Amino acid sequence: MKHHLISAADLTRDDAVLILDTAEEMARVADRPIKKLPTLRGRTVVNLFYEDSTRTRISFEAAAKRLSADVINFSAKGSSVSKGESLKDTALTLEAMGADAVVIRHHASGAPYRLANSGWIDGSVVNAGDGTHEHPTQALLDAFTVRRRLVGRDAGMGRDLAGRRITIVGDVLHSRVARSNVLLLNTLGAQVTVVAPPTLVPIGVESWPCEVSYDLDAVLPKSDAVMMLRVQRERMNAAFFPTEREYARRYGLNGDRMARMPEHAVVMHPGPMNRGMEITAEVADSDRCTAVEQVANGVSIRMAVLYLLLGGNESAAAHTSRTDAVRTEETE
Amino acid sequence: MSKILIRGAGILGGRPQDVLIDGGTIAEVADTIEPGDAAVVEAAGQILLPGLVDLHTHLREPGREDSETVLTGTRAAAAGGYTAVHAMANTFPVADTAGVVEQVYRLGKESGYCDVQPVGAVTVGLAGKQLAELGAMHDSAAGVKVFSDDGKCVDDTVIMRRALEYVKAFDGVIAQHAQEPRLTEGAQMNEGIVSAELGLGGWPAVAEESIIARDVLLAAHVGSRVHICHLSTAGSVEIVRWAKSKGWNVTAEVTPHHLLLTDELVRTYDPVYKVNPPLRTATDVMALREALADGTIDCVATDHAPHPHEDKDCEWGAAAMGMVGLETALSVVQETMVETGLLDWAGVADRMSFRPARIGRLEGHGRPVSPGEPANLVLVDPAYRGAVDPADFASRSRNTPYKGRELPGRVTHTFLRGRATVVDGKLT
Ligand SMILES: [Zn+2]
Repeated sequence: MKHHLISAADLTRDDAVLILDTAEEMARVADRPIKKLPTLRGRTVVNLFYEDSTRTRISFEAAAKRLSADVINFSAKGSSVSKGESLKDTALTLEAMGADAVVIRHHASGAPYRLANSGWIDGSVVNAGDGTHEHPTQALLDAFTVRRRLVGRDAGMGRDLAGRRITIVGDVLHSRVARSNVLLLNTLGAQVTVVAPPTLVPIGVESWPCEVSYDLDAVLPKSDAVMMLRVQRERMNAAFFPTEREYARRYGLNGDRMARMPEHAVVMHPGPMNRGMEITAEVADSDRCTAVEQVANGVSIRMAVLYLLLGGNESAAAHTSRTDAVRTEETE
Repeated sequence: MSKILIRGAGILGGRPQDVLIDGGTIAEVADTIEPGDAAVVEAAGQILLPGLVDLHTHLREPGREDSETVLTGTRAAAAGGYTAVHAMANTFPVADTAGVVEQVYRLGKESGYCDVQPVGAVTVGLAGKQLAELGAMHDSAAGVKVFSDDGKCVDDTVIMRRALEYVKAFDGVIAQHAQEPRLTEGAQMNEGIVSAELGLGGWPAVAEESIIARDVLLAAHVGSRVHICHLSTAGSVEIVRWAKSKGWNVTAEVTPHHLLLTDELVRTYDPVYKVNPPLRTATDVMALREALADGTIDCVATDHAPHPHEDKDCEWGAAAMGMVGLETALSVVQETMVETGLLDWAGVADRMSFRPARIGRLEGHGRPVSPGEPANLVLVDPAYRGAVDPADFASRSRNTPYKGRELPGRVTHTFLRGRATVVDGKLT
């Protein structure tokens, strides 16, 4: 794996499978009474958030703490970011503090790339969502969730998503989740289709490794997983679609539509959900909806990413058993 | 003023001849001229061109002297082979009154490196609402002929129509920064394959083309002159070509960077490539080169846009738009137009001196290299090859996309009315 995780495109198929496998090992830690490994003891992980996202921040924080890293939460929101000096200055500060990894969420596309490539900082940079660009750990946790549901928890080890058909529905234009998912799912061998009104599909999408459709009903019966994206109501005011009602009617997932999906197919949502907009309560609360699992899986995936970026390149398995021993000594 | 003999330079790329400068004018052009008491500049192998004229320079003074001043900007211009530049109006305060344009004009005179012709704002404060005092700026000591809200588009159709009509009274021209504002809200780069991948707000080609289409129609309707700034797309070329075929009075410019660089470079997220209009695709670049070669695009203009380091040493979204260009323009044109066989050196003289001077109605610039003409001249060594080192720039700012890149050609001498501003590649 590379030194940073900026884009889902940074990952080869083998890198991605290694992360998913490592996350399975990490998930087992969550089943123990003491949910902690000493793996990253003495290492410092900084959560650098220029944009509010309590969910993502807490997920990274929990992941780092379960690996025994020291965690610093740096909320840059509200500080003077207008000219962007603060990103560089903050980076220099974090460098001086000896940050081993910086988890960055930023409103500007490319900010994590700049942070990683401008020589401002030596530590690993993990993109926790940048503008309308990418959110690679979200894509990894989505892939992890799909693999568990469709291939199986243990049966899935070492496997990718070859041949699976995955549909991403909604505001693709503004979605970093969609961008990362299209890239990663394709790397893992899945066939991806994005479905949205034409106004919410970016010009230039033809270069993406996916199909594009404007017709949700036509795609649903051929989907093994349907990923619903959050649609912001403000998009209506910017004329991306006429009314909420029309959006929900054409692109929302309700019980009738869910019934047209194959029996085994799952419904995914990165959260938070707009019930009644892109998804109805009936679907959101059904067994087929993985939204809550996705949150739990997010911690395992982020543990795996931090471990692999900071801990080493080998499988976590050997390491986990070794650290198990250490943990046992400590607790005795 | 003393005499200078330039010996053996190819005039406009033609056969080697000698040129004698006496005072501010060219005294003689002949196969051989005896030097007498003249200082001799040996120029074998070099090209002699009329001093370059830029229609589009941001000198930043008054208001942003940390980026550039009239003095540093005109030194950069001289180093790049220019003897006249048009200073854009988006300063602080905006050049929208006779007072401000006269100040800039006077600062240019004092610098002595290059004539500075101020461009007046079209509307008060570049706000697009009310016409600025175009007549007063024209009647001022600065004698403004070119008006532009550059940096912003005159998007109100009625204001644009009135401006075009109004300047007919004194043979002025409206230079339009063609950017439909609604279509470019949040725009960060060319809208296309690369923006879709990078998740950066798209600046669609049609936002430029729709304004150009409207403005050539308006100019035709009212019978006035319109000039299109930094045209950047293949579609814009088609519209200008069509308008010219109708005999309408439209002219256009292209920047050196739009002749060389593409939006693929934005993948680096390095704000040095952030510019307005944005870098486009390779298809656009080729269309622009061909249009400059066939004359559809009249001239090269630098859009020299100096910014201090801190405005570029940040994330893409926060960075200022623009790049410096005065000191590299001729090299980029040599690489993209001369070495590709699209233009000869006479063509370069036409696109970088004769035509921009004519569009700006500048007296004394863009003249033939002939006896009796003003001695505004530049000597270029076309065989030179070297990497661009921003540390050598005379411009106060260093935001060049060519750092470390090898570009051909070098300005060895620049003469402003017979006075050397550059000698052996060094500013005097
Ligand atoms: Zn402009």
